[in-house]
Amino acid sequence: MILSGHSLTIGYRDHIVGRDLDVALNTGEVLALLGPNGGGKTTLLKTLLGLLAPRGGEVRLGDRCLSDYSNRARARLIAYVPQFHAVTFAFTVETVVLMGRTAHGDLFSRPSTVDRELAGRMLDRFGIAHLKDRPYTMISGGERQLVLLARALAQEPQFVVLDEPTASLDFGNQGKVMREIRALGSSGHGVLFTTHDPNHAMRAADRAYLLRGGERIGEGATGEVLSRTQLETLYQTPIELISDTGNGRTAFLPG
Amino acid sequence: MGRSSAAGLLIALAVLIAGLILAFSVGRYPVALGDLLNVVTAKLTGRTSDAPAAVQNVILFVRGPRVLAAALVGAALSVAGAAFQGLFRNPLVSPDLLGASSGAALGAVIGIYLSLGMLQIEGLAFIGGLVAVAAVYLIGSSMNPRDPVLVLVLTGVVIGALLGAGVGLMKYLADQYNQLPAMTFWLLGSLASITAADLLPLFVPVALGTAVLLALRWRMNVMSLPEEEARALGVSTGPLRIAIVVAATLITSASVATAGVIGWVGLIVPHIARTLVGPDFARLIPASALLGGGFLLAVDTIARTMTPTEVPLGILTAVVGTPFFIWLLASVSKTWA
Repeated sequence: MILSGHSLTIGYRDHIVGRDLDVALNTGEVLALLGPNGGGKTTLLKTLLGLLAPRGGEVRLGDRCLSDYSNRARARLIAYVPQFHAVTFAFTVETVVLMGRTAHGDLFSRPSTVDRELAGRMLDRFGIAHLKDRPYTMISGGERQLVLLARALAQEPQFVVLDEPTASLDFGNQGKVMREIRALGSSGHGVLFTTHDPNHAMRAADRAYLLRGGERIGEGATGEVLSRTQLETLYQTPIELISDTGNGRTAFLPG
Repeated sequence: MGRSSAAGLLIALAVLIAGLILAFSVGRYPVALGDLLNVVTAKLTGRTSDAPAAVQNVILFVRGPRVLAAALVGAALSVAGAAFQGLFRNPLVSPDLLGASSGAALGAVIGIYLSLGMLQIEGLAFIGGLVAVAAVYLIGSSMNPRDPVLVLVLTGVVIGALLGAGVGLMKYLADQYNQLPAMTFWLLGSLASITAADLLPLFVPVALGTAVLLALRWRMNVMSLPEEEARALGVSTGPLRIAIVVAATLITSASVATAGVIGWVGLIVPHIARTLVGPDFARLIPASALLGGGFLLAVDTIARTMTPTEVPLGILTAVVGTPFFIWLLASVSKTWA
Protein backbone atom coordinates (compact mmCIF):
# COMPACT_ATOMS: atom_id res chain seq x y z
CA MET A 1 0.00 0.00 0.00
CA ILE A 2 1.16 3.56 -0.72
CA LEU A 3 0.44 6.81 1.11
CA SER A 4 1.26 9.66 -1.24
CA GLY A 5 0.89 13.38 -1.80
CA HIS A 6 0.63 14.73 -5.35
CA SER A 7 1.48 18.38 -6.20
CA LEU A 8 0.44 19.34 -2.71
CA THR A 9 -0.10 22.91 -1.66
CA ILE A 10 -0.11 22.84 2.13
CA GLY A 11 -1.11 25.42 4.70
CA TYR A 12 -3.93 27.01 6.61
CA ARG A 13 -6.85 29.11 5.48
CA ASP A 14 -4.98 32.38 5.87
CA HIS A 15 -1.53 31.37 4.67
CA ILE A 16 0.18 28.88 2.41
CA VAL A 17 3.14 27.06 3.94
CA GLY A 18 4.42 25.03 0.99
CA ARG A 19 3.79 24.38 -2.71
CA ASP A 20 4.30 21.67 -5.29
CA LEU A 21 5.22 18.92 -2.89
CA ASP A 22 5.28 15.30 -4.02
CA VAL A 23 5.90 12.62 -1.47
CA ALA A 24 5.33 8.87 -1.35
CA LEU A 25 5.62 6.32 1.41
CA ASN A 26 5.46 2.57 0.89
CA THR A 27 4.63 0.03 3.57
CA GLY A 28 7.81 -1.50 4.99
CA GLU A 29 9.73 1.72 4.41
CA VAL A 30 10.94 4.39 6.86
CA LEU A 31 10.97 8.00 5.66
CA ALA A 32 12.52 10.85 7.67
CA LEU A 33 11.33 14.42 7.18
CA LEU A 34 14.05 16.98 7.93
CA GLY A 35 14.17 20.73 7.84
CA PRO A 36 14.58 23.91 9.85
CA ASN A 37 11.88 25.22 12.17
CA GLY A 38 8.96 26.77 10.31
CA GLY A 39 9.88 24.94 7.10
CA GLY A 40 6.55 23.12 6.90
CA LYS A 41 7.40 19.71 8.38
CA THR A 42 4.47 19.53 10.78
CA THR A 43 2.07 21.04 8.22
CA LEU A 44 3.06 18.40 5.66
CA LEU A 45 2.74 15.71 8.32
CA LYS A 46 -0.77 16.79 9.28
CA THR A 47 -1.81 17.02 5.64
CA LEU A 48 -0.63 13.45 5.01
CA LEU A 49 -2.46 12.34 8.17
CA GLY A 50 -5.71 13.81 6.86
CA LEU A 51 -5.93 16.19 9.83
CA LEU A 52 -5.44 19.20 7.57
CA ALA A 53 -7.03 19.45 4.13
CA PRO A 54 -4.53 20.15 1.33
CA ARG A 55 -4.94 23.65 -0.18
CA GLY A 56 -4.15 22.14 -3.57
CA GLY A 57 -3.27 18.74 -5.03
CA GLU A 58 -4.35 15.55 -3.32
CA VAL A 59 -3.32 12.95 -0.79
CA ARG A 60 -3.94 9.36 -1.81
CA LEU A 61 -4.07 6.27 0.37
CA GLY A 62 -4.05 3.02 -1.60
CA ASP A 63 -6.24 3.56 -4.65
CA ARG A 64 -8.48 6.22 -3.11
CA CYS A 65 -8.25 9.87 -2.19
CA LEU A 66 -7.57 10.27 1.55
CA SER A 67 -10.50 12.66 1.98
CA ASP A 68 -12.87 9.88 0.82
CA TYR A 69 -12.05 7.88 3.95
CA SER A 70 -14.11 8.32 7.10
CA ASN A 71 -12.20 9.18 10.28
CA ARG A 72 -12.67 5.60 11.43
CA ALA A 73 -11.58 3.95 8.19
CA ARG A 74 -8.52 6.20 8.01
CA ALA A 75 -7.57 5.50 11.64
CA ARG A 76 -7.50 1.79 10.89
CA LEU A 77 -4.79 2.44 8.29
CA ILE A 78 -2.77 5.40 9.61
CA ALA A 79 -1.72 5.90 13.23
CA TYR A 80 -0.40 9.17 14.60
CA VAL A 81 2.11 9.56 17.40
CA PRO A 82 1.92 13.21 18.45
CA GLN A 83 4.73 15.10 20.06
CA PHE A 84 5.23 14.62 23.78
CA HIS A 85 2.24 16.26 25.40
CA ALA A 86 0.48 16.67 28.71
CA VAL A 87 -2.91 15.04 29.12
CA THR A 88 -5.47 16.59 31.45
CA PHE A 89 -6.86 13.49 33.11
CA ALA A 90 -5.01 10.63 34.77
CA PHE A 91 -6.07 7.74 32.54
CA THR A 92 -4.19 4.51 33.21
CA VAL A 93 -1.51 3.44 30.73
CA GLU A 94 -3.72 0.53 29.69
CA THR A 95 -6.66 2.85 28.95
CA VAL A 96 -4.44 5.11 26.83
CA VAL A 97 -3.28 2.11 24.77
CA LEU A 98 -6.88 0.87 24.49
CA MET A 99 -7.83 4.22 22.96
CA GLY A 100 -5.94 2.93 19.93
CA ARG A 101 -8.74 0.39 19.51
CA THR A 102 -11.42 3.11 19.16
CA ALA A 103 -11.56 2.95 15.37
CA HIS A 104 -12.17 -0.80 15.50
CA GLY A 105 -15.37 -0.41 17.52
CA ASP A 106 -18.61 1.39 16.72
CA LEU A 107 -19.91 4.65 18.20
CA PHE A 108 -21.24 3.12 21.41
CA SER A 109 -18.83 0.24 22.02
CA ARG A 110 -16.14 -0.14 24.63
CA PRO A 111 -12.92 -2.12 24.19
CA SER A 112 -13.55 -5.87 24.42
CA THR A 113 -11.53 -8.65 26.04
CA VAL A 114 -9.87 -9.24 22.67
CA ASP A 115 -8.89 -5.54 22.57
CA ARG A 116 -7.45 -5.84 26.08
CA GLU A 117 -5.35 -8.85 25.11
CA LEU A 118 -4.04 -7.00 22.07
CA ALA A 119 -3.21 -3.94 24.19
CA GLY A 120 -1.40 -6.26 26.61
CA ARG A 121 0.72 -7.67 23.76
CA MET A 122 1.63 -4.14 22.62
CA LEU A 123 2.68 -3.20 26.16
CA ASP A 124 4.81 -6.36 26.25
CA ARG A 125 6.40 -5.55 22.91
CA PHE A 126 7.72 -2.25 24.25
CA GLY A 127 8.63 -3.69 27.63
CA ILE A 128 6.20 -1.52 29.61
CA ALA A 129 3.68 -4.15 30.76
CA HIS A 130 4.54 -3.34 34.38
CA LEU A 131 3.17 0.21 33.87
CA LYS A 132 -0.30 -1.06 32.85
CA ASP A 133 -2.21 0.29 35.87
CA ARG A 134 -0.12 3.41 36.44
CA PRO A 135 -1.65 6.82 35.63
CA TYR A 136 -0.29 8.07 32.29
CA THR A 137 0.36 11.44 33.94
CA MET A 138 2.76 9.86 36.45
CA ILE A 139 5.26 8.15 34.13
CA SER A 140 8.42 9.55 32.55
CA GLY A 141 8.65 11.20 29.13
CA GLY A 142 10.45 8.20 27.64
CA GLU A 143 7.79 5.85 28.99
CA ARG A 144 5.03 8.07 27.58
CA GLN A 145 6.57 7.92 24.12
CA LEU A 146 6.60 4.11 24.32
CA VAL A 147 2.96 4.13 25.50
CA LEU A 148 2.02 6.27 22.49
CA LEU A 149 3.90 3.85 20.20
CA ALA A 150 1.98 0.96 21.80
CA ARG A 151 -1.27 2.87 21.24
CA ALA A 152 -0.37 3.47 17.58
CA LEU A 153 0.29 -0.24 17.03
CA ALA A 154 -2.96 -1.12 18.83
CA GLN A 155 -4.68 0.63 15.90
CA GLU A 156 -3.21 -2.18 13.73
CA PRO A 157 -2.34 0.37 11.06
CA GLN A 158 -0.40 0.07 7.81
CA PHE A 159 1.29 3.43 8.39
CA VAL A 160 2.68 5.11 11.51
CA VAL A 161 3.35 8.86 11.44
CA LEU A 162 5.41 10.38 14.25
CA ASP A 163 5.93 14.07 15.00
CA GLU A 164 9.41 14.62 16.46
CA PRO A 165 9.37 11.36 18.39
CA THR A 166 12.67 12.10 20.14
CA ALA A 167 12.21 15.81 20.81
CA SER A 168 11.88 15.68 24.58
CA LEU A 169 13.73 12.46 25.37
CA ASP A 170 17.05 11.89 27.08
CA PHE A 171 19.99 10.45 25.10
CA GLY A 172 19.31 6.83 26.03
CA ASN A 173 15.58 6.99 25.29
CA GLN A 174 16.28 8.67 21.93
CA GLY A 175 18.25 5.58 20.92
CA LYS A 176 15.53 3.26 22.18
CA VAL A 177 12.77 5.05 20.26
CA MET A 178 14.89 5.13 17.09
CA ARG A 179 15.43 1.36 17.34
CA GLU A 180 11.67 0.87 17.71
CA ILE A 181 11.03 3.03 14.64
CA ARG A 182 13.49 0.94 12.63
CA ALA A 183 11.73 -2.22 13.92
CA LEU A 184 8.34 -0.85 12.79
CA GLY A 185 9.65 -0.58 9.25
CA SER A 186 11.08 -4.11 9.42
CA SER A 187 7.71 -5.46 10.56
CA GLY A 188 6.08 -4.09 7.40
CA HIS A 189 4.75 -0.70 8.51
CA GLY A 190 5.24 2.41 6.46
CA VAL A 191 6.82 4.90 8.85
CA LEU A 192 7.11 8.69 8.48
CA PHE A 193 8.77 10.78 11.16
CA THR A 194 10.04 14.31 11.52
CA THR A 195 13.30 14.99 13.30
CA HIS A 196 15.79 17.75 13.97
CA ASP A 197 18.68 15.33 14.05
CA PRO A 198 20.09 14.08 10.72
CA ASN A 199 21.88 11.32 12.64
CA HIS A 200 18.52 9.87 13.68
CA ALA A 201 17.48 9.85 10.05
CA MET A 202 20.77 8.12 9.12
CA ARG A 203 20.20 5.37 11.67
CA ALA A 204 16.47 4.73 11.46
CA ALA A 205 15.30 5.79 7.99
CA ASP A 206 15.61 4.31 4.51
CA ARG A 207 14.92 7.60 2.80
CA ALA A 208 15.05 11.26 3.77
CA TYR A 209 12.96 14.21 2.57
CA LEU A 210 14.43 17.69 3.02
CA LEU A 211 12.02 20.56 3.40
CA ARG A 212 13.06 24.21 3.57
CA GLY A 213 10.70 27.21 3.33
CA GLY A 214 7.92 24.94 2.10
CA GLU A 215 10.02 23.57 -0.77
CA ARG A 216 11.52 20.17 -1.26
CA ILE A 217 15.25 20.65 -1.68
CA GLY A 218 16.22 17.02 -1.69
CA GLU A 219 14.85 13.50 -1.44
CA GLY A 220 16.35 10.04 -1.68
CA ALA A 221 18.16 7.22 0.09
CA THR A 222 19.58 8.55 3.36
CA GLY A 223 23.15 7.61 2.38
CA GLU A 224 22.93 9.80 -0.72
CA VAL A 225 20.77 12.72 0.27
CA LEU A 226 22.23 13.31 3.73
CA SER A 227 25.55 14.83 2.70
CA ARG A 228 27.41 17.70 4.29
CA THR A 229 26.64 20.10 1.44
CA GLN A 230 22.91 19.17 1.35
CA LEU A 231 22.60 19.71 5.09
CA GLU A 232 24.47 23.03 4.88
CA THR A 233 21.95 24.18 2.27
CA LEU A 234 19.07 22.86 4.36
CA TYR A 235 20.04 24.52 7.63
CA GLN A 236 22.09 27.45 6.20
CA THR A 237 24.89 26.76 8.62
CA PRO A 238 28.32 25.04 8.47
CA ILE A 239 28.13 21.33 9.24
CA GLU A 240 30.96 19.10 10.39
CA LEU A 241 31.17 15.47 9.29
CA ILE A 242 32.91 13.03 11.58
CA SER A 243 33.70 9.40 10.77
CA ASP A 244 34.39 6.42 12.96
CA THR A 245 37.60 4.98 11.51
CA GLY A 246 36.70 1.60 12.99
CA ASN A 247 33.39 0.83 11.26
CA GLY A 248 33.35 3.66 8.73
CA ARG A 249 30.05 5.10 9.98
CA THR A 250 29.57 8.85 9.92
CA ALA A 251 27.77 11.44 11.98
CA PHE A 252 27.01 15.14 11.55
CA LEU A 253 27.61 17.98 13.97
CA PRO A 254 26.27 21.51 13.55
CA GLY A 255 29.25 23.79 13.06
CA MET B 1 -8.22 -1.03 38.45
CA GLY B 2 -11.48 -3.00 38.52
CA ARG B 3 -11.58 -3.65 42.25
CA SER B 4 -10.64 -0.17 43.47
CA SER B 5 -13.07 1.63 41.15
CA ALA B 6 -15.87 -0.76 42.19
CA ALA B 7 -15.10 0.27 45.77
CA GLY B 8 -15.28 3.92 44.66
CA LEU B 9 -18.74 3.37 43.16
CA LEU B 10 -19.89 1.71 46.39
CA ILE B 11 -18.66 4.72 48.39
CA ALA B 12 -20.58 7.04 46.04
CA LEU B 13 -23.70 4.90 46.46
CA ALA B 14 -23.29 5.03 50.25
CA VAL B 15 -23.09 8.85 50.06
CA LEU B 16 -26.37 8.99 48.13
CA ILE B 17 -28.12 6.63 50.58
CA ALA B 18 -26.82 8.62 53.55
CA GLY B 19 -28.07 11.82 51.88
CA LEU B 20 -31.51 10.29 51.28
CA ILE B 21 -31.86 9.12 54.88
CA LEU B 22 -30.64 12.49 56.20
CA ALA B 23 -33.00 14.47 53.98
CA PHE B 24 -36.04 12.36 54.87
CA SER B 25 -35.42 12.25 58.63
CA VAL B 26 -34.18 15.74 59.52
CA GLY B 27 -36.50 18.73 59.65
CA ARG B 28 -39.08 20.54 61.71
CA TYR B 29 -40.90 17.22 61.99
CA PRO B 30 -38.19 14.55 62.64
CA VAL B 31 -38.85 11.09 61.22
CA ALA B 32 -37.41 7.94 62.84
CA LEU B 33 -35.39 5.60 60.61
CA GLY B 34 -37.79 2.72 61.34
CA ASP B 35 -40.81 4.72 60.25
CA LEU B 36 -38.96 5.87 57.12
CA LEU B 37 -38.09 2.28 56.09
CA ASN B 38 -41.65 1.17 56.90
CA VAL B 39 -43.29 3.84 54.76
CA VAL B 40 -40.87 3.56 51.84
CA THR B 41 -41.01 -0.25 51.61
CA ALA B 42 -44.79 -0.12 51.92
CA LYS B 43 -44.94 2.41 49.08
CA LEU B 44 -42.60 0.37 46.89
CA THR B 45 -44.37 -2.95 47.47
CA GLY B 46 -47.88 -1.49 47.31
CA ARG B 47 -48.82 -2.47 50.89
CA THR B 48 -50.51 -0.04 53.26
CA SER B 49 -48.13 1.24 55.90
CA ASP B 50 -48.92 1.00 59.62
CA ALA B 51 -46.95 4.17 60.46
CA PRO B 52 -48.92 7.18 61.80
CA ALA B 53 -50.71 9.10 59.05
CA ALA B 54 -48.82 12.31 59.87
CA VAL B 55 -45.48 10.54 59.38
CA GLN B 56 -46.64 9.09 56.06
CA ASN B 57 -47.80 12.51 54.99
CA VAL B 58 -44.44 14.14 55.77
CA ILE B 59 -42.42 11.43 54.00
CA LEU B 60 -44.55 10.99 50.89
CA PHE B 61 -46.03 14.42 50.25
CA VAL B 62 -44.08 17.09 52.16
CA ARG B 63 -40.49 15.86 51.84
CA GLY B 64 -40.84 13.26 49.08
CA PRO B 65 -40.94 15.52 46.00
CA ARG B 66 -38.29 17.85 47.39
CA VAL B 67 -35.93 14.99 48.29
CA LEU B 68 -36.28 13.39 44.86
CA ALA B 69 -35.77 16.76 43.16
CA ALA B 70 -32.65 17.49 45.22
CA ALA B 71 -31.16 14.09 44.36
CA LEU B 72 -32.02 14.55 40.66
CA VAL B 73 -30.74 18.12 40.38
CA GLY B 74 -27.49 17.27 42.22
CA ALA B 75 -26.97 14.25 40.01
CA ALA B 76 -27.83 16.20 36.86
CA LEU B 77 -25.48 19.13 37.51
CA SER B 78 -22.65 16.74 38.39
CA VAL B 79 -23.08 14.55 35.31
CA ALA B 80 -23.22 17.62 33.06
CA GLY B 81 -20.14 19.02 34.82
CA ALA B 82 -18.21 15.79 34.27
CA ALA B 83 -19.16 15.84 30.57
CA PHE B 84 -18.11 19.48 30.08
CA GLN B 85 -14.83 19.00 31.96
CA GLY B 86 -13.95 16.11 29.66
CA LEU B 87 -15.06 17.92 26.52
CA PHE B 88 -13.12 21.10 27.37
CA ARG B 89 -10.16 19.12 28.76
CA ASN B 90 -10.17 21.19 31.90
CA PRO B 91 -11.05 20.07 35.43
CA LEU B 92 -12.02 23.62 36.43
CA VAL B 93 -14.98 23.92 34.07
CA SER B 94 -18.61 23.95 35.21
CA PRO B 95 -21.75 22.86 33.34
CA ASP B 96 -22.93 26.45 32.75
CA LEU B 97 -19.74 27.35 30.85
CA LEU B 98 -21.60 27.71 27.55
CA GLY B 99 -24.34 29.92 28.95
CA ALA B 100 -26.93 27.33 30.01
CA SER B 101 -27.40 28.97 33.42
CA SER B 102 -27.38 32.58 32.27
CA GLY B 103 -29.80 31.76 29.43
CA ALA B 104 -32.09 29.94 31.83
CA ALA B 105 -31.81 32.80 34.33
CA LEU B 106 -32.89 35.35 31.72
CA GLY B 107 -35.79 33.12 30.67
CA ALA B 108 -36.94 32.76 34.28
CA VAL B 109 -36.72 36.46 35.22
CA ILE B 110 -38.66 37.35 32.06
CA GLY B 111 -41.27 34.82 33.16
CA ILE B 112 -41.42 36.33 36.66
CA TYR B 113 -41.57 39.86 35.19
CA LEU B 114 -44.54 38.85 33.06
CA SER B 115 -46.15 37.31 36.18
CA LEU B 116 -46.46 33.89 34.54
CA GLY B 117 -47.25 30.68 36.39
CA MET B 118 -44.56 28.46 37.88
CA LEU B 119 -44.59 25.87 35.07
CA GLN B 120 -44.41 28.58 32.39
CA ILE B 121 -41.46 30.20 34.19
CA GLU B 122 -39.71 26.83 34.26
CA GLY B 123 -40.50 26.31 30.60
CA LEU B 124 -39.05 29.74 29.69
CA ALA B 125 -35.94 29.00 31.75
CA PHE B 126 -35.48 25.67 30.00
CA ILE B 127 -35.85 27.26 26.54
CA GLY B 128 -33.57 30.15 27.55
CA GLY B 129 -30.79 27.70 28.47
CA LEU B 130 -31.06 25.81 25.20
CA VAL B 131 -31.20 28.97 23.07
CA ALA B 132 -28.19 30.49 24.84
CA VAL B 133 -26.03 27.40 24.29
CA ALA B 134 -27.18 27.07 20.67
CA ALA B 135 -26.25 30.74 20.06
CA VAL B 136 -22.83 30.28 21.67
CA TYR B 137 -22.24 27.16 19.64
CA LEU B 138 -23.29 28.67 16.31
CA ILE B 139 -21.30 31.87 16.80
CA GLY B 140 -18.26 30.03 18.14
CA SER B 141 -18.09 27.48 15.35
CA SER B 142 -18.89 29.94 12.54
CA MET B 143 -15.44 31.46 13.08
CA ASN B 144 -13.94 28.15 11.93
CA PRO B 145 -11.03 28.52 14.34
CA ARG B 146 -7.92 26.38 14.75
CA ASP B 147 -8.74 25.77 18.40
CA PRO B 148 -12.54 25.32 18.39
CA VAL B 149 -12.68 24.54 22.11
CA LEU B 150 -11.01 27.75 23.27
CA VAL B 151 -13.18 29.91 20.98
CA LEU B 152 -16.33 28.19 22.30
CA VAL B 153 -15.32 28.95 25.88
CA LEU B 154 -14.61 32.61 25.13
CA THR B 155 -17.86 32.98 23.18
CA GLY B 156 -19.65 31.49 26.18
CA VAL B 157 -18.09 34.11 28.45
CA VAL B 158 -19.12 36.96 26.14
CA ILE B 159 -22.70 35.77 25.58
CA GLY B 160 -22.98 35.03 29.31
CA ALA B 161 -22.09 38.65 30.06
CA LEU B 162 -24.76 39.90 27.64
CA LEU B 163 -27.38 37.62 29.17
CA GLY B 164 -26.30 38.85 32.61
CA ALA B 165 -27.01 42.39 31.46
CA GLY B 166 -30.45 41.21 30.35
CA VAL B 167 -31.09 39.76 33.80
CA GLY B 168 -29.95 43.05 35.35
CA LEU B 169 -32.36 44.98 33.14
CA MET B 170 -35.30 42.78 34.14
CA LYS B 171 -34.43 43.20 37.83
CA TYR B 172 -34.22 46.97 37.33
CA LEU B 173 -37.62 47.05 35.65
CA ALA B 174 -39.27 44.63 38.09
CA ASP B 175 -41.76 45.59 40.77
CA GLN B 176 -39.58 45.74 43.84
CA TYR B 177 -42.09 44.37 46.33
CA ASN B 178 -43.18 41.15 44.63
CA GLN B 179 -41.20 40.41 41.50
CA LEU B 180 -37.73 41.45 42.61
CA PRO B 181 -37.60 39.17 45.69
CA ALA B 182 -38.94 36.29 43.57
CA MET B 183 -36.23 36.91 40.96
CA THR B 184 -33.49 37.16 43.57
CA PHE B 185 -34.66 33.99 45.27
CA TRP B 186 -34.77 32.12 41.97
CA LEU B 187 -31.34 33.38 40.90
CA LEU B 188 -29.83 32.07 44.14
CA GLY B 189 -31.36 28.62 43.70
CA SER B 190 -33.98 26.91 45.82
CA LEU B 191 -35.99 23.72 46.02
CA ALA B 192 -38.55 25.18 48.44
CA SER B 193 -41.40 25.40 45.95
CA ILE B 194 -40.99 21.94 44.40
CA THR B 195 -44.18 19.92 43.94
CA ALA B 196 -44.78 16.42 42.62
CA ALA B 197 -45.79 17.97 39.27
CA ASP B 198 -42.24 19.31 38.81
CA LEU B 199 -40.63 15.88 38.96
CA LEU B 200 -41.52 14.48 35.54
CA PRO B 201 -40.41 17.58 33.50
CA LEU B 202 -37.15 17.40 35.46
CA PHE B 203 -36.65 13.66 35.21
CA VAL B 204 -37.26 13.13 31.47
CA PRO B 205 -34.60 15.52 30.04
CA VAL B 206 -32.09 14.52 32.72
CA ALA B 207 -32.58 10.81 32.04
CA LEU B 208 -32.43 11.34 28.25
CA GLY B 209 -29.23 13.39 28.38
CA THR B 210 -27.56 11.03 30.83
CA ALA B 211 -28.46 8.02 28.68
CA VAL B 212 -26.80 9.66 25.65
CA LEU B 213 -23.66 10.47 27.65
CA LEU B 214 -23.49 6.94 29.06
CA ALA B 215 -23.83 5.47 25.58
CA LEU B 216 -20.94 7.63 24.34
CA ARG B 217 -18.75 6.93 27.42
CA TRP B 218 -15.77 5.45 25.56
CA ARG B 219 -15.80 8.09 22.82
CA MET B 220 -15.89 10.75 25.57
CA ASN B 221 -12.64 9.34 26.97
CA VAL B 222 -11.01 9.82 23.57
CA MET B 223 -12.59 13.28 23.21
CA SER B 224 -10.71 14.44 26.31
CA LEU B 225 -7.45 14.13 24.31
CA PRO B 226 -6.26 17.03 22.13
CA GLU B 227 -8.53 17.59 19.11
CA GLU B 228 -6.21 16.28 16.38
CA GLU B 229 -5.21 13.25 18.38
CA ALA B 230 -8.84 12.27 18.89
CA ARG B 231 -9.47 12.60 15.15
CA ALA B 232 -6.38 10.53 14.33
CA LEU B 233 -7.78 7.82 16.61
CA GLY B 234 -10.87 7.66 14.40
CA VAL B 235 -13.32 9.92 16.25
CA SER B 236 -15.43 12.42 14.29
CA THR B 237 -14.95 15.16 16.85
CA GLY B 238 -17.32 17.76 15.33
CA PRO B 239 -20.60 15.78 15.38
CA LEU B 240 -19.66 14.10 18.66
CA ARG B 241 -18.99 17.46 20.34
CA ILE B 242 -22.46 18.63 19.29
CA ALA B 243 -24.04 15.45 20.70
CA ILE B 244 -22.26 15.87 24.05
CA VAL B 245 -23.07 19.60 24.29
CA VAL B 246 -26.76 18.96 23.48
CA ALA B 247 -27.03 16.14 26.03
CA ALA B 248 -25.27 18.08 28.79
CA THR B 249 -27.26 21.25 28.03
CA LEU B 250 -30.55 19.35 28.18
CA ILE B 251 -29.54 18.08 31.62
CA THR B 252 -28.36 21.48 32.89
CA SER B 253 -31.31 23.46 31.55
CA ALA B 254 -33.83 21.07 33.08
CA SER B 255 -32.24 21.35 36.51
CA VAL B 256 -31.75 25.13 36.36
CA ALA B 257 -35.37 25.50 35.24
CA THR B 258 -36.55 23.52 38.28
CA ALA B 259 -34.20 24.68 41.00
CA GLY B 260 -32.78 28.00 39.85
CA VAL B 261 -29.08 28.75 39.58
CA ILE B 262 -27.05 26.49 41.88
CA GLY B 263 -23.36 27.01 41.28
CA TRP B 264 -20.33 24.92 42.22
CA VAL B 265 -21.99 21.48 42.39
CA GLY B 266 -21.15 20.65 38.79
CA LEU B 267 -17.58 21.82 39.30
CA ILE B 268 -16.74 20.16 42.61
CA VAL B 269 -18.51 16.82 42.47
CA PRO B 270 -16.96 15.43 39.25
CA HIS B 271 -13.55 16.19 40.69
CA ILE B 272 -14.27 14.17 43.84
CA ALA B 273 -15.79 11.41 41.71
CA ARG B 274 -12.61 11.31 39.63
CA THR B 275 -10.46 10.76 42.70
CA LEU B 276 -12.79 7.88 43.69
CA VAL B 277 -13.12 6.00 40.39
CA GLY B 278 -10.63 7.57 37.95
CA PRO B 279 -11.31 9.54 34.76
CA ASP B 280 -12.93 6.75 32.67
CA PHE B 281 -16.43 8.02 31.86
CA ALA B 282 -17.93 4.53 32.14
CA ARG B 283 -17.50 4.88 35.90
CA LEU B 284 -17.17 8.65 36.23
CA ILE B 285 -20.75 9.35 35.06
CA PRO B 286 -22.47 7.00 37.53
CA ALA B 287 -20.14 8.02 40.35
CA SER B 288 -20.78 11.73 39.68
CA ALA B 289 -24.55 11.15 39.64
CA LEU B 290 -24.53 9.27 42.96
CA LEU B 291 -22.19 11.70 44.73
CA GLY B 292 -23.92 14.78 43.33
CA GLY B 293 -27.30 13.51 44.48
CA GLY B 294 -25.98 12.87 47.99
CA PHE B 295 -24.18 16.22 48.11
CA LEU B 296 -27.19 18.33 47.13
CA LEU B 297 -29.45 16.36 49.51
CA ALA B 298 -27.11 17.28 52.37
CA VAL B 299 -26.90 20.94 51.27
CA ASP B 300 -30.68 21.19 50.81
CA THR B 301 -31.27 19.67 54.26
CA ILE B 302 -29.03 22.35 55.75
CA ALA B 303 -30.79 25.01 53.66
CA ARG B 304 -34.22 24.21 55.10
CA THR B 305 -33.21 23.46 58.71
CA MET B 306 -30.32 25.79 59.58
CA THR B 307 -32.42 28.90 60.20
CA PRO B 308 -36.17 29.52 60.61
CA THR B 309 -36.30 30.89 57.05
CA GLU B 310 -34.82 29.05 54.08
CA VAL B 311 -31.24 29.80 53.07
CA PRO B 312 -30.82 29.93 49.26
CA LEU B 313 -28.93 26.89 47.97
CA GLY B 314 -26.58 28.89 45.78
CA ILE B 315 -25.25 30.69 48.84
CA LEU B 316 -24.52 27.46 50.71
CA THR B 317 -22.83 25.80 47.71
CA ALA B 318 -20.71 28.92 47.22
CA VAL B 319 -19.59 28.82 50.86
CA VAL B 320 -18.51 25.18 50.41
CA GLY B 321 -17.34 25.64 46.84
CA THR B 322 -15.03 28.64 47.07
CA PRO B 323 -12.46 27.15 49.47
CA PHE B 324 -12.64 23.88 47.57
CA PHE B 325 -12.00 25.65 44.28
CA ILE B 326 -9.00 27.51 45.67
CA TRP B 327 -7.57 24.24 46.94
CA LEU B 328 -8.27 22.63 43.55
CA LEU B 329 -6.63 25.51 41.70
CA ALA B 330 -3.54 25.21 43.88
CA SER B 331 -3.21 21.47 43.26
CA VAL B 332 -4.12 21.51 39.56
CA SER B 333 -1.93 24.44 38.59
CA LYS B 334 1.11 22.46 39.75
CA THR B 335 0.48 19.83 37.11
CA TRP B 336 0.01 22.35 34.31
CA ALA B 337 3.37 22.41 32.61
